[in-house]
Amino acid sequence: MNNKEFWIYLLIMAGSTYLIRAIPFAAVQKKIQNVFIRSFLYYIPYTVLAAMTFPTALYATGNIYAAAAGLIVAMIFAVRGHSLTIVAVMSCVTVMAVTFLMTMSI
Amino acid sequence: MKDFRKGLGCGLPIGFGYLSVSFTFGILAVSYGFEWWQAVLISMTTLTSAGQLAGIGIMIDPGQYIQMLISQLTINIRYSFMSVSLSQKTSPEFSGIRRWIFGFFMTDEIFAVASGESQVSTRFFAGLTVAPYFGWTLGTLFGAVLGNVLPEFIMNALCLAIYGMFIAIIAPKAKDSMKLLSVVIVAIALSCAFYYVPILSVVSQGLSISLCAVIAAVFGAVTFPVKEGELHE
Repeated sequence: MNNKEFWIYLLIMAGSTYLIRAIPFAAVQKKIQNVFIRSFLYYIPYTVLAAMTFPTALYATGNIYAAAAGLIVAMIFAVRGHSLTIVAVMSCVTVMAVTFLMTMSI
Repeated sequence: MKDFRKGLGCGLPIGFGYLSVSFTFGILAVSYGFEWWQAVLISMTTLTSAGQLAGIGIMIDPGQYIQMLISQLTINIRYSFMSVSLSQKTSPEFSGIRRWIFGFFMTDEIFAVASGESQVSTRFFAGLTVAPYFGWTLGTLFGAVLGNVLPEFIMNALCLAIYGMFIAIIAPKAKDSMKLLSVVIVAIALSCAFYYVPILSVVSQGLSISLCAVIAAVFGAVTFPVKEGELHE
């Protein structure tokens, strides 16, 4: 990849990502009354995050058992209402601990 | 200023979360052969996790401009839905050029936190974007420059940070709403089907995320329509 190609790629990546966010945000200025569309828009962020997390996250750490433990710990802390940071940190710590223990026992 | 400061505070946990996630991106970009400044520039101009990850994978081969465009559109189409969704919660002054400027910062987590407010003013949203933007940029820089000094098991563990953050956004809301919980379970079931069923697994990851999310949300909107009052829980 030469320099010129990098800039063209960057323009396509950054430009399309920006427009896909900004155009709908700027274009829809009125309140949507339709119950179906309102309900769809209410659910969409959660379904996106859920589909991004499962099952991909199980394979994110190179150790499926450690990842599963990390996700379960994340769920426990999240349900108890802890902040994003605490939940993220605890899931990482769990992965480290489980990976470490499994390495020891072998 | 009160609104801005409140937003700033709400953005801090996202900023810290991004620091660790973009750290991983920085390491990965350098391992793909990018210069440190290229990795940082990508993060500063694009500000998205899945899109950037797919993007650098495409950039290492020359001339795949159409593939780049298609991958970005399918992975990022969710932002359009989020933008429309948040457009319903903004205060009246948050319009026109302000939407064009701050639309840039519509990430999953910024959206999720902003959605938690009953009304979103420009100042609150502006404050909310500060920590995530610096976190994302600095994390990429640190990862690109210092990445190789960390032991592998720590690097692997950090990869789970972004998913922990996603769970922290979903779980508290799903706990209080059986409707939302059901819809989330449908999304997860679909996503697993796309991952494990051989015929479906040919669909690229970015497209399958968008498909699963849209199908599950349509299922939710048909089966459990949400009434006006419930939207501001």
